[in-house]
Amino acid sequence: MLKVNEISLPPIGDEQVKLLERLSNACAVSGDEGEVRKIVMEEIRPHADEVKVDALGNVLATRGGSGERPLRVMLAAHMDEVGLMITSDEGEGIYRFESVGGTSATDLSGKVMWVGKEHIPGVIGLKPIHLLDPAESKRQFTIDSLRLDIGPATGRVKIGDRAAFATTFIQQGPSLRGKALDNRLGVATLIELVKHASPHIELQAAFTVQEEIGLRGARVAAFSFNPDMAIILDSTPAYDLPTWDIDENVRYNTRLGAGPAIYVADSGTLYDPRLVRYMVEIAEGHGIPYQIRQPGGGGTDAGSIHKQRVGVPSISVSVPGRYHHSPAAIVRLSDWQHTMDLVATALFLLTSEVLADER
Amino acid sequence: MKSLIQKLVETSSPSGYEAQIRSVVRAEVEPYADELQVDALGNLIVRKGQSGIDGLKIMLAAHIDEIGIMVTQVDENGFIRFTTLGGVRAYTCVSGRVRFLNGTSGVIFMEPLEDMTKVPTVEQLYIDIGLSDNKNAPVKIGDVAVFERPFLDLGNRLVAKSMDDRIGAAVLIETLRQVKATPHELFFVFSTQEEVGLRGATTAAFGIDPDLGLSVDVTGSGDTPRRTKVRMEVGLGKGPAIKVRDGGMLADRRVVDWMVRGAEKLGLPYQLEILEGGTTDARAMQLTRAGIPAGCLSIPTRYIHSPSEMVDFNDVQQAVQLLVELVSHPVTL
Repeated sequence: MLKVNEISLPPIGDEQVKLLERLSNACAVSGDEGEVRKIVMEEIRPHADEVKVDALGNVLATRGGSGERPLRVMLAAHMDEVGLMITSDEGEGIYRFESVGGTSATDLSGKVMWVGKEHIPGVIGLKPIHLLDPAESKRQFTIDSLRLDIGPATGRVKIGDRAAFATTFIQQGPSLRGKALDNRLGVATLIELVKHASPHIELQAAFTVQEEIGLRGARVAAFSFNPDMAIILDSTPAYDLPTWDIDENVRYNTRLGAGPAIYVADSGTLYDPRLVRYMVEIAEGHGIPYQIRQPGGGGTDAGSIHKQRVGVPSISVSVPGRYHHSPAAIVRLSDWQHTMDLVATALFLLTSEVLADER
Repeated sequence: MKSLIQKLVETSSPSGYEAQIRSVVRAEVEPYADELQVDALGNLIVRKGQSGIDGLKIMLAAHIDEIGIMVTQVDENGFIRFTTLGGVRAYTCVSGRVRFLNGTSGVIFMEPLEDMTKVPTVEQLYIDIGLSDNKNAPVKIGDVAVFERPFLDLGNRLVAKSMDDRIGAAVLIETLRQVKATPHELFFVFSTQEEVGLRGATTAAFGIDPDLGLSVDVTGSGDTPRRTKVRMEVGLGKGPAIKVRDGGMLADRRVVDWMVRGAEKLGLPYQLEILEGGTTDARAMQLTRAGIPAGCLSIPTRYIHSPSEMVDFNDVQQAVQLLVELVSHPVTL
């Protein structure tokens, strides 16, 4: 295998963490991705050959591609996050809402939220524990029974407004903590990859919308790009805590600190074995730590990308993160750096040879 | 034809990992193909004939993947936890054997059940390949395996793993061999990843852009012992089944009639099929691009998605006769 002494891999330094902080603190609940899109556009415009926003709101940027028929490589990262949508105004600053993407009533109760474009703070109320009778404390409650309390006389919240978890990003030693790291990590990674693109391939960067509600943006983005292959950048749960009920945790999905998670299978995609092999070879050949994500449920934008047109060989790579779809996820800086190293190296060395054999 | 069926069902190729079965099929069809292609998802696409004045572009699909399992963890005592590829049911697994693509074999068993009247979940199962720990295990996370079960010839009835849908592949191969002349441009598609959601047929249909689509796949039967009222009319040995509807498709009425006319012309027995759950590659074809007329020729099958799926050999041979007849003449829908 080729060695990459001469390439400088995109670093993860203060500048990149600052960018991730801005992305994490921005609100972009599915269908309302404008805030994150604005940051993405600012960052990539000076570097991309062409940038456009499509009908669904995906940012589609291309860069590079020398030679007669350069390999068209789609890189996708979804911009949206889970949250709420306000559905009715009950007066006195109390609002009903619905969940957008995968959040449960238990995740939401008692949480502080930012509502609408102005990030108006509100809280999802609960009956205080003082007033609960014992039977009630065991009762499962539903989203219908919860309300968002913004307080009276604000008048600035409208039906259809989105709300996101009100969490401010922090760095804590080797860890990063914030909301929506699923998938602002992917977005931040892809921004750096656009900035440091390898010129021999045609990079097709898709910052997608509406992933959390069914991989919708990626579908039209892949149709539009019509790529030769795709790499999806996301963040996947790490459930690597000690377990209390059995000897060994057999369903951890991924572990923090063990490097980027390479996918083999999830509920939406059986990843192209040629690309799985290639990623593993790159990692092992360059001493980059990696882990194979436990096959099973969940999924990424690959689920819709790989089935577009005549089919797109696809692979997903994720930064592992604890507590996704909650107000605060925790990831390791080292996992992010190693993810960047893996994907950047893989792109730098990528040729159409990787797809020469049949799947 | 029985030896062809045996060869196909004894090949290990779960969804997403169809390379082995594809090479077996390719060797069988290559001499009869005008053109042969493998696409990005691994579909084997065989063209025969050029479309004349009365001809259509017809896509015939049988999927070559089979249900299987994928390793999620090799634990510290060497036991293998797994997830499923396609509709594997835990009660068909216990005490069965599996074979990994690298040749490693093992037995599936389960954790002790607290309640013996309940069937176990897949999470309670594990594979034992004879290890004592997970050092230097020949199997790692992401590796795949299929049921290990030899082909059984009971005379009229044939039993094996992966009859779903290697029997359909056998019907297509045999049809390709027997078609002498056709007014159509025929695309025989040996599709991938059907068991996980018709994924191969979806991209193959987009690429071929056919005028008419027909899948050949297995369907259930209602002719086995049960205490509840029989809800499915289809049975083994009563001829191939012409699908009217299933869980994912209302077959095009014109396609159903076309198949019925063909069977009646040849004096072949046939059954009309209504399947409550499940669907076939025909759904993906029907919904491709702007939509096409699509239907399905089914092989009635007992014990689908178990390691011992049973078909009737006469049904299979009659399906071939019908398909050869259908694609050898102009189609009026």
